[in-house]
Amino acid sequence: MSAVLAPTVRIQREDFDVAAEIAGLTQGRSDIGAVVSFSGLCRDEQGALSALELEHYPGMAEAEIGLIATEAVERWPLQGLTVIHRHGKVRPGENIVLVVAASGHRQAAFEAANFLMDYLKSRAPFWKKEHRADGSEGGWVEAKETDAQAAKRWKSPSE
Amino acid sequence: MTTRLIYFAWVRERIGMPQEDVELPAGIETVADLLRWLQSRGEGYEHALQYPDVIRVAINQEHVDHREKISGAREIALFPPMTGG
Repeated sequence: MSAVLAPTVRIQREDFDVAAEIAGLTQGRSDIGAVVSFSGLCRDEQGALSALELEHYPGMAEAEIGLIATEAVERWPLQGLTVIHRHGKVRPGENIVLVVAASGHRQAAFEAANFLMDYLKSRAPFWKKEHRADGSEGGWVEAKETDAQAAKRWKSPSE
Repeated sequence: MTTRLIYFAWVRERIGMPQEDVELPAGIETVADLLRWLQSRGEGYEHALQYPDVIRVAINQEHVDHREKISGAREIALFPPMTGG
């Protein structure tokens, strides 16, 4: 039994390079058979949106994503896991969030990445505010019940 | 004991400040008690907390529900449902 992997979690204002993050997990290794990466980007909502402002709870954001990532490495046989979430102002077309899961086989990598995103949506302390293209401030993005439901499907019956 | 209250997103905007240190009066034992007490502190609070069921709460940076006891909390954060990802 190999040592349990320590996931990489970063909360940052700057953009990230998806290819570099994937390479960072696989470089110099020959035991990884599958890498799944998910990137979440800012949409322009048919031209109506000029930016999203992401507010976060410093400290808790890192801790909460760390807990979710730790649960993922305990649940699936992963050889690498990186989660990055940006805060501050993000323009349409730019990255918001990245999950990269590496494993021996694809199923674990797909499932872990999916789990991470479902949990992150409903438990990581981030809030999105819209800036409209017409210069008005827009409002806070409302949480979707479908996201809360998506997170629930990963619970074991005992929870 | 002083407790730091931290507000995020529209809770912060409606209350009109990002955080404050308060002395909790006797009898405020749970998160639900705290929300009820805060609502009585003025218009901004009332507006922010008019639907207490939607308010999410973290004590010392961990999610809790409204029945949670708040004794010993250094930091209590109030915020809307999260919309990250």
